[in-house]
Amino acid sequence: MSNVLAFCEFQDGALRTSALSNLAFAREAAKAHGGDVVILLVGHGAQAASAAAAKYASKVIVVDDPKLEHYLAETYAPILADQAKANNAAVVTATATAIGKDVMPRVASALGAGMASDIAKLGDAKNRFVRPILAGNAYSTVEISTPTICVTARQSEFEPAAELGSAGNVSTAPAGTIDAKGAEFVKLDAQKSDRPDLGDAKVVVSGGRGMKNGENFKVLEELADLLGAAMGASRAATDAGMVPADWQVGQTGKIVAPNLYFAVAISGAIQHLAGMKGSKTIVAINKNKDEPIFQVADYGIVQEWEKAVPELISEIKKLKASR
Amino acid sequence: MKILVPVKRVPDPTQKAKIKDGHIDLTGASWIVNTFDEYAVETALRLLENGESNTRTAGSEIVVVTIGPDDAAKELRTTLAMGADRAIHVVAKDEELDSLVVVKVLSGIIAAEKPDVVILGKQAVDGDANQVGQMLAGALGWPQATFAASIETQGNAFVVGREVDGGVEYKKVPTPAVITVDLRIVASHAVQNGVTPKTFAYGGEGARLPSLKGIMAAKKKPMATAKLGDYGAEPAPVIKEVNVTLPPPRAAGQIVADIPTLVKKLAEEAKVI
Repeated sequence: MSNVLAFCEFQDGALRTSALSNLAFAREAAKAHGGDVVILLVGHGAQAASAAAAKYASKVIVVDDPKLEHYLAETYAPILADQAKANNAAVVTATATAIGKDVMPRVASALGAGMASDIAKLGDAKNRFVRPILAGNAYSTVEISTPTICVTARQSEFEPAAELGSAGNVSTAPAGTIDAKGAEFVKLDAQKSDRPDLGDAKVVVSGGRGMKNGENFKVLEELADLLGAAMGASRAATDAGMVPADWQVGQTGKIVAPNLYFAVAISGAIQHLAGMKGSKTIVAINKNKDEPIFQVADYGIVQEWEKAVPELISEIKKLKASR
Repeated sequence: MKILVPVKRVPDPTQKAKIKDGHIDLTGASWIVNTFDEYAVETALRLLENGESNTRTAGSEIVVVTIGPDDAAKELRTTLAMGADRAIHVVAKDEELDSLVVVKVLSGIIAAEKPDVVILGKQAVDGDANQVGQMLAGALGWPQATFAASIETQGNAFVVGREVDGGVEYKKVPTPAVITVDLRIVASHAVQNGVTPKTFAYGGEGARLPSLKGIMAAKKKPMATAKLGDYGAEPAPVIKEVNVTLPPPRAAGQIVADIPTLVKKLAEEAKVI
């Protein structure tokens, strides 16, 4: 019982960027336990991603079945639990994505395992984990005393794992009985975007209630596209229906930690700060100098966005042209 | 239809976190119903009423459950005042509990109560663990629909809109099932039960406040008490908190006079563009 089973999400024949953060944690955990990282790919088309996955661990297990085309916690969790047992896993881990957060507690239930959710780092012992609580206002170290431990790792807290020098061994495993318990995937209303994923982006441009309406976000999108940034928003803006709900940055939305974060017309409620205060450089643009966002911002501009953002776009264009 | 709603009391999240002896200091804390669980009670009510005529569906029942110390009865009573019908209070100290103990107790209650659906918040806003709903569904062998932003009743099933990375996923689950709710479940048209007219819009932001009539009625509603052992659960958590620390405050930033200066600083000082 010393291996680490890392459940990794993939897309189009490659691991998702979010999975690389999971692998970074998995390597730390494997070192602490004196075991190996075993990557688990589950789904239809998993085989296609196995070569890419083999660059990151000495062992890759693929469970590929047409009935697994659409992710369902009901069908995936038993496979994770079976593979945890088959591979003598001391730790079963996933990134704290929508899928990771949905499936891992169900795996823990099947294994009778204690679970540490959304962890920020490995603690001072192999069964101790540091994780944010109270919307990121405090960090709790938890100790888990079950033989197998389930973990989800917060993407923004782990640098993506690098490829290893040699490719690992890929094997397949049977799915076993696939029972969805009557649950069905109906459809995904995808938000199509050419921009980077909010969770992976190096630069994020977010707007708040002060943007007033969705149309006004266009100027922020222009700024975002100039910088290759992802779009974000405060809860006030998503709740008001100005922009899609999955743009929400905050305790109850996405937790992000880009190199550069623009908060435009965002007051800086605790809820929002919890989702972005890990960013390396924060720029706040707000017409009210007393807003709490300025207390976390590295650079503050006290101006109306209507004036500041177009000027910012033009100045960045000038800078780019001069390089 | 019978709906079971497990709720947790949490320290008011607007209070500043303080540390005492390596843990969060809860001396003198004020307590509230966990926001997401309050939304779960609201969701249960919207599923079992005609929102327009403000009448409850005949034969429907909402049972609320909490596991916590004696004081937690107060927050449980609040959910009765919102409109739940009956409560079960499993008395236990917080340090006797973790998610697996909670799931064991809830499984026992569900075996006895046989609800059609269990609805709860996606997470408690103190521990932010986001585990109990999924673990419970797994332990029961039931389907789960987590992070619900919308629910539509379709016969003996629910179509649940789930906020996932990159969009909204629609998942159909037959009863019995476990549903955990996210923030937007309290939006004006998020719950469609086939009884409330589709044109009806729930107002306000968040869950309904208990009315004076509701508060009076709640005093007479039944609240059973039980203990962990009644459901074969041991006060032996496998997840223990070692200590809690507060993150260092972010260093103070600077107000920049104008945009050209900002761009210069971003390029030359922070080196991020």
